[in-house]
Amino acid sequence: MTLLAGKPTSGAADDRPDDADVPGRVEFRTGPARYRHWRLSFDGAVATLTMDVDEEGGLLPGYELKLNSYDLGVDIELYDAVQRLRFEHPEVRTVVITSGKEKIFCAGANIRMLAASPHEWKVNFCKFTNETRNGIEDATANSGQTYVAALNGTASGGGYELALACDHIMLVDDRSSAVSLPELPLLGVLPGTGGLTRVSDKRHVRRDVADYFSTKSDGVGGKKAVAWRLVDEIVPRSVWEKTVEQRAGELAARSGRPTGVRGIELTPLAKERSDDRIRYRYVSAVLDRARGLVEITVLGPDGDAPGRIEDVHEQGADFYTLALARELDDLILDLRTNETDLGTWLLRTRGDAGHVLAHDALLLDNGDDWLANEIVLYLKRTLKRLDVTSRSLIALIEPGSCFAGSLLELALAADRSFQLAGVFEEIDPDAEPAAVTVGPMNLGPLPMGNGLTRLGTRFYGDHEGLDAAEAARGEPLQAEDAERLGLVTFAPDDIDWEEEVRIAVEERTSFSPDALTGLEANYRFAGPETLETKIFGRLTAWQNWIFNRSNASGPEGALRKYGTGQRADFDKKRV
Amino acid sequence: MTTTADYGEKIPNNVDLREDRRLQRALESWQPNFLSWWDSMGPSLPTQDVYLRTAVNVGREGWAHFGHVAMRDYRWGIFLADRKEDRRIAFGQHKGEPVWQKVPGEYRADLQRLIVIQGDTEPASVEQQRNLGATAPSLYDLRNLFQVNVEEGRHLWAMVYLLHAYFGREGREEAEELLHRNSGSEESPRILGAFNEETPDWLSFFMFTYFTDRDGKYQLGTLKESAFDPLSRTCEFMLKEESHHMFVGTTGIDRVVQRTVELMREHDTDDVIAHGGIPLEVIQKYVNFHYSVSLDLFGGETSTNVANYFTAGLKGRWAEERRKDDHRLTDDSIMVDAIVDGTVGQTEVAALVGLNTDLRREYISDCQNGLNRWNRILEEAGVPQRLRLPHAAFNRRVGAFTGIEATPEGEIISAEEWERRKGGWLPTDVDKAHVRSLMQPVHQPGKIAAWIAPPRQGINGKPFDYDYVHLA
Repeated sequence: MTLLAGKPTSGAADDRPDDADVPGRVEFRTGPARYRHWRLSFDGAVATLTMDVDEEGGLLPGYELKLNSYDLGVDIELYDAVQRLRFEHPEVRTVVITSGKEKIFCAGANIRMLAASPHEWKVNFCKFTNETRNGIEDATANSGQTYVAALNGTASGGGYELALACDHIMLVDDRSSAVSLPELPLLGVLPGTGGLTRVSDKRHVRRDVADYFSTKSDGVGGKKAVAWRLVDEIVPRSVWEKTVEQRAGELAARSGRPTGVRGIELTPLAKERSDDRIRYRYVSAVLDRARGLVEITVLGPDGDAPGRIEDVHEQGADFYTLALARELDDLILDLRTNETDLGTWLLRTRGDAGHVLAHDALLLDNGDDWLANEIVLYLKRTLKRLDVTSRSLIALIEPGSCFAGSLLELALAADRSFQLAGVFEEIDPDAEPAAVTVGPMNLGPLPMGNGLTRLGTRFYGDHEGLDAAEAARGEPLQAEDAERLGLVTFAPDDIDWEEEVRIAVEERTSFSPDALTGLEANYRFAGPETLETKIFGRLTAWQNWIFNRSNASGPEGALRKYGTGQRADFDKKRV
Repeated sequence: MTTTADYGEKIPNNVDLREDRRLQRALESWQPNFLSWWDSMGPSLPTQDVYLRTAVNVGREGWAHFGHVAMRDYRWGIFLADRKEDRRIAFGQHKGEPVWQKVPGEYRADLQRLIVIQGDTEPASVEQQRNLGATAPSLYDLRNLFQVNVEEGRHLWAMVYLLHAYFGREGREEAEELLHRNSGSEESPRILGAFNEETPDWLSFFMFTYFTDRDGKYQLGTLKESAFDPLSRTCEFMLKEESHHMFVGTTGIDRVVQRTVELMREHDTDDVIAHGGIPLEVIQKYVNFHYSVSLDLFGGETSTNVANYFTAGLKGRWAEERRKDDHRLTDDSIMVDAIVDGTVGQTEVAALVGLNTDLRREYISDCQNGLNRWNRILEEAGVPQRLRLPHAAFNRRVGAFTGIEATPEGEIISAEEWERRKGGWLPTDVDKAHVRSLMQPVHQPGKIAAWIAPPRQGINGKPFDYDYVHLA
């Protein structure tokens, strides 16, 4: 994990607030050789991910990461490890998460870091940690890599929430180790990484018990923790290692992963980053600070898809769809963390729709291939990341674009889309008019957090609309048809295009960013609630409200008073 | 800098229409719809041609070209006043910044709304006046009516140009709607209530052009200050034509008053009805009606919308740049009309929210000029009566005085008393019937109806008996 110290110095950055709280630019690219907080070891089908946080290794100055507490830097390494386990270690069927410290598994997010962080930093941090934990569950559910939490000491707050993301929780029975969610009683906030949701919706802890547990700062251990379903088993110290090994082996045996396969290396992601431009191989972004927006362009594949799935293994991280997912993933994380003032993202694509669809088909036709499966799952997670991004997303569908299949998802993820009717007559009168194409990738493999496809969400409750859109699959749809089918919002012709888009964007950037975030978060997730939508909707919204209240973050608030020996002074009004 | 207009084009303009393929196409497709609107909703009296002034440019020689023109072939052009170099925003939070040549997305909705409302009034008056030609008191007056009509049509063009040029597809849709809403229509009436009343007779027409077009003048004056430069320049040129409309109203009422006092003196009576004139009392009632209805067009005494428009730079005050204050008004206050303890009084509000009142006051003092002028006619004729503007609380349906009734002197009275006495203040059915009975067409050159005096001068140096209109 690298922190690029110092602030950019070019003129365009002058508008940025000169605030000591604004961190230097955070980089999400890392690799095991650079981990400071985690160790990854392998024993056949079982991998062990050992958390051993370097107290002095905080991302920002001003706090020590005591008791295996974590900050964004620690979680960036965890995310990297989870990703690499899936792509580089297909032989791994069970991942044991445990601690390298005595008596403590993990104390959760570092409180001093949280207390010192500006609001948007806290929110973004929680969002990223939530996504990583969802990814852990995704690996268990869809990749045959089952996560086991081996709590060899107390897991409190975010530490227990990390355990909750695992499929099986083992707690050492030493009459002192416990699991706990002490956020409410100690800090006056909520467990913000899915804790409440998973306690009730995943582990089915009875609500009154859950209520009691979540206000009891020292938590629960031993038999009671099992009886209340907070953990799956307790294990005496004497047989701890043996039992963990045994359990890991049993769970590995359940997995449907193929044997004798070789992983692919997630080679270092090539990235050029300056103050106003980010460029990867297929994805580039222009950061327009004056207008408060980012212009993102995604390129389609260079050529047709390889003929055989073996070629995909051969190409590894260079295979288009994987490279695209990695680049888009890194871009989203970079912009979300480092560019909070750029509130609108314009999404464009450029390339050959046929090539996109061919790559999609190759992956979907080889669904039983572990790598093809992983790539589709990764693309799914990356698009979900886009869905929960608090930026206005506007897709611009122009001639030469390739919004087809997997790349059409970008337009479907957008809050609004514009498709040019006809061509830019003064620029390229002979161009093919812009088209969008519904493909198999739009019909199931890339669901949103609500469990529905983006098309299904778009036409929620409108079966005719959904059927019509699905029936049009495979046809390049020009603006008039796409608009009629409800696949795009507006279809201006070249007479209107420039002004329509400019005005829409300017209007968007003039609105309250908070209200926009709320609006978008509400409209993006029509339909059923799931664990994920509850975490990103209900839990996050409440948490963010609480974070902003003086009872948490005011000078007398619990978050500020924690560790000072003074009690918080609450405003007792119920709101 | 004066740009050369394209005389030969379908749409005379000084906005480089020839260079703007896109805009030209948009407007050319709108033009047939405009013409069919004109055919169905424009003047109903068939004519061959009319001696009209056509603007072919904004310069001194360009804006008033006279000649006989078939109205349908009138060249409704698009003219913006010349662009001022380095014009700066004169007020609001953007004061001092360069004016906008494009619509800022942030203000698109508000600007579009302002332009649509202004645009909606322009064709509305053509619709309201469409049947007046049948009862014109002279060819001279008939020609003036048509001149007003074609210019209101041109003002519609001006607003449509802005919608087409700057507001994309939504703008085009709004432009289309301007032709589909119709004055007095049950289904889709014009936006502002006052523009849904038919103009039933020529006295009403003169009153309308004096009082209601004057409201238009003040609205245009505030838009002329706009930070959106194309709107500002459009309104500046429209104001030039608007002043002719008010001239028609002012001199029209002059001539009615003149004729009435002639009849009063000739027959030594105030009651000129029997002698084919309109009594001063009835003229006063028409003044009362049209003035009070026009006051309503300025909206409530306070308005947060208008405050927002000002702060954003969309709509200024009358003569903004000549005013001596900070042009931001964030710390100022203004006294506005209000009902205080049951009587007509005033209350202090923030200057920004009181801008409607500010504009209405400018309008009121301007209206008084006409009254002074008509009273001079009375005075010179040795007649003791005087016309006057009623109190601002009289006959109001919008603003602070909604829900109360007041006499023309501003004394609050009960609803019951109002019902009993209003016939003495507002035109009654009998008054209207009398005025209507006088509306007999006079379509011979040089002749004029008996209820109105001839004008002192003709149009463009032509005599009164010039054949201003050739009827079909």
